[in-house]
Amino acid sequence: MNPIAIGVFIVIALLTLGSGIMVVTVRNIIHSALWLIASFIGVAALYLLMEAEFLAVVQILVYAGAVSILVLFAIMLTRQVTGEGVRVVFERWWVALLIALGLFGVIVPTLWKHGATWEEAAKLAQVGPTPVDGAANSLQVATATEIGRSFMGEYLLPFEVVSVLLLMALIGAVVIAYEERTRRRRVLTLAEELALKKRGIVEPRDAEGAVVPREAEGKVILLDSEQA
Amino acid sequence: MVGSVPLVWVLTLAAGLFCIGLFGALSRRNIVGMLMGIELMLNSVNINLVAFWRYLQPTGTAGLIFAIFTIAVAAAEVAVGLAMVIAIYRARLTINADEIDTLKG
Repeated sequence: MNPIAIGVFIVIALLTLGSGIMVVTVRNIIHSALWLIASFIGVAALYLLMEAEFLAVVQILVYAGAVSILVLFAIMLTRQVTGEGVRVVFERWWVALLIALGLFGVIVPTLWKHGATWEEAAKLAQVGPTPVDGAANSLQVATATEIGRSFMGEYLLPFEVVSVLLLMALIGAVVIAYEERTRRRRVLTLAEELALKKRGIVEPRDAEGAVVPREAEGKVILLDSEQA
Repeated sequence: MVGSVPLVWVLTLAAGLFCIGLFGALSRRNIVGMLMGIELMLNSVNINLVAFWRYLQPTGTAGLIFAIFTIAVAAAEVAVGLAMVIAIYRARLTINADEIDTLKG
């Protein structure tokens, strides 16, 4: 028993779960995305603790780097004017809460029921191969080299299939998000969007919600004169 | 780590993260918020895979390889998903799931 390892694990677990809870509860979607990065980093730290260094680096690169930036870009491209009174969750969010808590209540007792069996199996698995020259019995955890060998050997076909999948996703994303030049319109600024909403062209999502800042009011007149 | 922290603790952490992600995916109105919940769920699955690899089969590579495949598929999913979000926003000027109800009977 190593108390330092237990302490580090508990700190990482609290960081990951805490930021996960913040992701699903904070009102501002951009804050939510930033908490998501914290959660990803917590998971990467957990991988490091479990001696999966390669996977920890992949986690930081792909999730904390690429996916979170993609999410932030999507939020900013689909910006919505969300005021104070606007709902961020569904009306019946408590059903979702019940489902999540119920699932947790099913999974955890099942896990703890089998905990002892797994502990036995884990103890057996931690013993390395018997050394020939009577040296200390050391366990060689799989490294990045062995992952590479597996990819090029045993898992070559899945590896190729995933590469095709990534190519398809790349082309698909471009095709779906592509807009023809003739139909392309100028992206409205936040002030113009507010102005349109104020004039009732796009129905405001919530009557109490949309707070019009002073700078935007100034540009409302500008937009009106532009169209006149 | 392996001698001190039982496998069940790690799996419980992953279960908690999965349920948090499930709650986020089911309750958020914003489609991007839903996708973030799904990302949390996929991450918790990866924690499970790595934990079972480290505790039960540390000399093999199956768990790690599977986790890497999950990451690749999740990256593809989020790329296509966010492209769809942008396309939906362009057509309907909203990304709230309950306002995109053309197919609703």
